Amino acid sequence: MSTTAQTPAQTSSKPVRRPGDRIFAGLSTASGILILTTLVGVAGFLLWQAWPAITADPSEVRGGQGLLYYIGPLVYGTLVAAVIALLIAFPLSIGIALFISHYAPRRLAQALGYIVDLLAAVPSVVFGLWGVSVIGPMMLGIQAWSVDNLAFLPFIGGPASPKSMLVTGTVLAIMILPIMTAVNREVFLQTPRLHEEASLALGATRWEMIQQAVIPFGRSGVISGAMLGLGRALGETMAVAIILSISARYTPIITSPANPGTIAADIALQFPEAPTGPPLATLVASGLVLFCVTLIVNMTARWIVSRRAEFSGAN
Amino acid sequence: MSKLIEVKDLNIYYGDFLAVEDVTMTIEPKSVTALIGPSGCGKSTFLRSLNRMHEVIPGAYVTGDVTMDGENLYGRYVDPVSVRRRIGMVFQRPNPFPTMSIKENVLAGVKLNNRRLNKSDSEELVESSLRGANLWEEVKDRLDKPGSSLSGGQQQRLCIARTIAVKPEVVLMDEPCSALDPISTLAIEDLMTDLKDDYTIVIVTHNMQQAARVSDRTGFFNIAGTGKPGKLIEFDDTEKIFSNPSNKATEDYVSGRFG
Repeated sequence: MSTTAQTPAQTSSKPVRRPGDRIFAGLSTASGILILTTLVGVAGFLLWQAWPAITADPSEVRGGQGLLYYIGPLVYGTLVAAVIALLIAFPLSIGIALFISHYAPRRLAQALGYIVDLLAAVPSVVFGLWGVSVIGPMMLGIQAWSVDNLAFLPFIGGPASPKSMLVTGTVLAIMILPIMTAVNREVFLQTPRLHEEASLALGATRWEMIQQAVIPFGRSGVISGAMLGLGRALGETMAVAIILSISARYTPIITSPANPGTIAADIALQFPEAPTGPPLATLVASGLVLFCVTLIVNMTARWIVSRRAEFSGAN
Repeated sequence: MSKLIEVKDLNIYYGDFLAVEDVTMTIEPKSVTALIGPSGCGKSTFLRSLNRMHEVIPGAYVTGDVTMDGENLYGRYVDPVSVRRRIGMVFQRPNPFPTMSIKENVLAGVKLNNRRLNKSDSEELVESSLRGANLWEEVKDRLDKPGSSLSGGQQQRLCIARTIAVKPEVVLMDEPCSALDPISTLAIEDLMTDLKDDYTIVIVTHNMQQAARVSDRTGFFNIAGTGKPGKLIEFDDTEKIFSNPSNKATEDYVSGRFG
């Protein structure tokens, strides 16, 4: 009332706009535009720098047999390592998150939460060193056993190696576990108490309640968390560069020392000696491919989440 | 299928805190029993102790007896999960599962009992439960839409349908109309009158007209002060409680004069 009385001039057609509103709207719009420009800028840079390799004669490209020949196995290796990591980390992160959010006594849950967050702060190069000196040797035994007993599986084959794709994937899984667990824990904790009680009052056991109320409610969050983890696994450089033994192109076998490389690790390993011209452009081109793969993965995840948005509980 | 509930010397604790003290009452089958009283007097806590829902809060426990047709609900080998399957509950705010369709919501409790229902049986159950909750006509054409797309009053009736779909023996309602408009409230009250043909119903309400309209027996809870336990002051026929209560505190409360 008092506002209208003080500003009779503004009773005209124009709505009142507060300076605070305007500043904040400006700031948030600017941030939104900034992130878009960054994305376009990165894509543009990659395309511009990679162009020489795309147009060059196949013999001038690194490897001497054309761009696809060089990048193909790297894409394959990147995907295999990331998928192994996700397969291990996905169920584990849900389990840990559920334990923290619904099973552990409160004090233990808090302590565990901090530990998981701390794990996220460990630099990747440390994970790499740990993987090569501890996890690799530790997994040698089980890999050797698999080679002896499970060789009929298409992805098992000798000789067992501490620098295999499986070891790399496992270390990647440990690296992406904290972020995925943290996201999952947050979404599980946000399950409305009303929904949990609705389920319990229908005669659900705790596990049934989790299946009925907690997991469906957290579904989109869990998928987002998995995509964050997958994104990190796809782009992980140092740990892979340190652990993985690279000496093959396409192979389904994940227990041997003959593996395809991954894009990020390959860039890191080759860059110091990368000259100029098409060979350098080849590396940038592989970076462009990695960029596209990650983008596709993320968009697919968004699409999966949005398909059932009506049922998300956000309305 | 409706059952008699007898409560004797019931004390309800949250950890060290005694929330409700020494309640003794008999809840008749095929009737509506209303619990009234000021906020924080323990009536909701008492209601939740009838199907052991209060145990969901860590540290909560009871002493005393609650029996249903002679069977002790707090017996040593009684699983709270099985108690809740037989004593259903409707909450203050409508809480259909947002990730499920209307149909899935109705069947949610039935699925828990690991019963494999074939298509026609489940469709029949959905229809009879929704009819039982007076919701069928409004939703029969959109059973696959999310439960959260309904209005508040419809959502609450959906929750009632979900509760009666598992064929409980008793239905507890914790202020089921407090988030609803008067028309939806009336719909739920009519429904309670219908439901009492088949079920024992206990309802907590802040609305005294509602208690007077729907219930056969009324219990008045009160609290001596903050931090003190809630007590059952008077429990009698609804008519008597609202016209000629024997306790002064009850009379003050139902006539709107407090303290």
